[in-house]
Amino acid sequence: MVLSEHLRRLEAESIFILRETVAEFSNPVMLYSIGKDSSVMLHLALKAFYPAKPPFPLLHVDTTWKFREMIAFRDETAARVGMDLLVHVNQEGVARGVSPVASGSSVHTQVMKTEGLRQALDKWKFDAAFGGARRDEEKSRAKERIFSHRNAAHGWDPKNQRPELWRVFDTRIQPGESMRVFPLSNWTELDVWDYIAAENIPVVPLYFAKPRPVVRRDGALIMVDDERLPLKAQETPEMRQVRFRTLGCYPLTGAIESEAAALEDIIAEMRASKTSERQGRLIDFDESGSMEKKKREGYF
Amino acid sequence: MPLPTLRFLTCGSVDDGKSTLIGRLLYERSLIFDDTLASLERDSKKFGTTGEEVDFALLVDGLEAEREQGITIDVAYRYFSTANRSFIVADCPGHEQYTRNMATGASNCDLAILLVDARKGLLVQTHRHANIVSLLGIRHVVLAVNKMDLVDYDQAVFERVVADFRAASATLNFATVTPIPLSARRGDNVSGASAHMSWYKGPDLLSFLEQADVEEATAHRPLRFPVQWVNRPNLDFRGMAGTLASGSIARDDEIVVAASGKKTRVARIVTMDGDLERAEAPDSVTLVFADEIDASRGDLLCDPLNRPDVADQFAAHLIWMSEEQLFPGRSYLLKCGGAVIPASVTEIKHRVDVETQAQAAAKTLHLNEIGLCNLALSKPIAFDAYADNRTTGAFILVDRATNSVAAAGVIAFALRRASNVHLQALTLDKAKRSILKHQKPGILWFTGLSGAGKSTIANALEAKLLQRRAHTILLDGDNVRHGLNKDLGFTEVDRVENIRRVGEVAKLMVESGLIVLCSFISPFAAERRLVRDLVETGEFVEIFVDTPLADCIARDPKGLYKKALTGQIKNFTGVDQAYERPEAPEIVIGGDGATPEQAADAIIAWMDGRGFFALG
Repeated sequence: MVLSEHLRRLEAESIFILRETVAEFSNPVMLYSIGKDSSVMLHLALKAFYPAKPPFPLLHVDTTWKFREMIAFRDETAARVGMDLLVHVNQEGVARGVSPVASGSSVHTQVMKTEGLRQALDKWKFDAAFGGARRDEEKSRAKERIFSHRNAAHGWDPKNQRPELWRVFDTRIQPGESMRVFPLSNWTELDVWDYIAAENIPVVPLYFAKPRPVVRRDGALIMVDDERLPLKAQETPEMRQVRFRTLGCYPLTGAIESEAAALEDIIAEMRASKTSERQGRLIDFDESGSMEKKKREGYF
Repeated sequence: MPLPTLRFLTCGSVDDGKSTLIGRLLYERSLIFDDTLASLERDSKKFGTTGEEVDFALLVDGLEAEREQGITIDVAYRYFSTANRSFIVADCPGHEQYTRNMATGASNCDLAILLVDARKGLLVQTHRHANIVSLLGIRHVVLAVNKMDLVDYDQAVFERVVADFRAASATLNFATVTPIPLSARRGDNVSGASAHMSWYKGPDLLSFLEQADVEEATAHRPLRFPVQWVNRPNLDFRGMAGTLASGSIARDDEIVVAASGKKTRVARIVTMDGDLERAEAPDSVTLVFADEIDASRGDLLCDPLNRPDVADQFAAHLIWMSEEQLFPGRSYLLKCGGAVIPASVTEIKHRVDVETQAQAAAKTLHLNEIGLCNLALSKPIAFDAYADNRTTGAFILVDRATNSVAAAGVIAFALRRASNVHLQALTLDKAKRSILKHQKPGILWFTGLSGAGKSTIANALEAKLLQRRAHTILLDGDNVRHGLNKDLGFTEVDRVENIRRVGEVAKLMVESGLIVLCSFISPFAAERRLVRDLVETGEFVEIFVDTPLADCIARDPKGLYKKALTGQIKNFTGVDQAYERPEAPEIVIGGDGATPEQAADAIIAWMDGRGFFALG
């Protein structure tokens, strides 16, 4: 399919950002979180460096609570594109028994995602990390630079960001500091799906509606993906036609009831949608300004 | 074909209603998701400044500090589409303190909405933003006269603001100025005609934005292709990856590397979707050359019949963005496209008064000031005037010590003298002169606090070097400031210039084969680095005389500390001006109680180990 002018420009801009990072940093990595945004970002990386392979590895910070289909898709994808895939689990957190079920979403996210990510970045000494975050996702992301500076403790200082004019990026950092780089900054959720459709990019099947076993909790539909999810009294999984708008740890990710089983259905559904995609993310509701707080601590 | 995505910003003074306007626009067109609206209603109760009503500003003021203080600190980007067009909005802060964030938001836009509070009229920040918008090449402005509800929708008030702005912006570079009277809070003329201003016959804001044709057709300009990254997966493939900044390119086109003048043809235009016959701005592609000519990141490929300037000096407008003022002569890193080159400001032609556009004489630029400056680069680069190309005419200056952005620059024109002054080809060179003197030339740079003992050690050292038949000269504050630099005082700006001149003189003396002993407090790391960069690697020896401040005050050989501590002398290093300790000096003296004689012997031993006396 021929790209619209709008998508063509977004694609060109993202490719520019990807190449700029590789040219300016000595040890970049791509945070691969398996979702639709990661799929698009990876596809753009393949384009940016063609005919070479993208000159950096993929990194997945595994909380051990992802949907099984996500992990299968991750391994298939790494094999398909022929890039190195690094998987990091915060073993200390595992040893402490941290989980979304036992510890709650806030502690689980802090330990298994944020601390896990910091451990991985320190372990391999990456000086730049690509993330698939978009500015239209959330109000503190709407404020973030494309090249976002992190201090040696991986913290973000939102009140003192570097000026970022045109596409002349200030990429200089001190030893120990790093940069988070967001090639999809200017994409919207709809742009992402339009591009997936136009470029025929593979995505995790969980985005497409089909009958899945779910229970209703605090107003959200939670999929019973494995036997680790403790069921409360009167909770019986029932099969419902559902799909996911965003993907995370399965006990923290709400499904939506939907008949959208193909890409064009998803796009049509989204055009009519009255809610934002992060509504399905239980971790965002912990407290007001929670995304900014997590980001200051090193979350992507 | 629908009009391309419109990138615009909202700007203007504090509390003129920028964030409210964007929030209102999205709300009226049902572009806010239900859950976002629910949290907006919650937040309005907690942080809102509009009483019982929803505070739309909270939709874009996303940082905690912004919500707590009720101000915008940094630019927020919002994305929305109507049936007719897609938009990217940069909602910019109004406070002077955050001007650099406003410039960040403006730099990629094609249209600006400049808000004015109808009650207050044009304010200093209105003028400042209008100036920056013009400087950054945005040619289309909507003058949004807001809060019309608070002036009873009075046409006379609106007309007065419009007349004031037309007068004030006469010298700015706008192609169109579209005034619209509105009320962001009440929704008048935001996305539909107002019921309160029948005297206004123009379009509402959204209708105007949907049809505004603002894009400069970069694809029809001369080819500019900054080489971003050389793609070399194996010995059989060498491609120049980059994004067309302007123009178009087709297979078999002849191109030239601007700086070297080397020409070749485009053999292939490579993409993952297959080779292209043609690409145009702003495509990102990879070019394969027909011949093996040299090109790398930082080079600019262009049309041989329509070339950019290549020079090592140009005039540019700078928007100063650092808390630390501009020091003419100091070395900054200039980044233009992929090229990163040491550069310094050689002259400030004038500072621009943002309110009147008057040109004022200036010795420096402070945070948020704008000035026209001459810059000298350590080697020539290819560039265009910013008016001709917003990519190849734009640059930033980076502070070498802090890595922060010191300034954003837009190039006005090349300075021709750069291309007309050529270095004299010398028949005698430094190496030959050195051999004659049986020594390796260099600069022994003594730095440290006043009273640390620099000159005492330097004098002892020079006497010992004389005994070894070395050819030397000693430069210190006393002999330089009474002659060459007698026009300079002790402000930061003058101290920088003092060291720059000393460095240039020392360099000439090194060329003549001498060992140059320099004894200067030289409190700033940046200037010591500047001198280091003037000569070859190994020729600059930084000697840090590290005597504690308390000892210097106790010694006080010239009675200067006493005067400084009682306020009789200003800008005295160690008292009311900072001393930046060297991070990696070649030699450190102090702490072990050595006498000046012993210190001098230690330096000679160090020099012996590095071949300073081994020649001939």
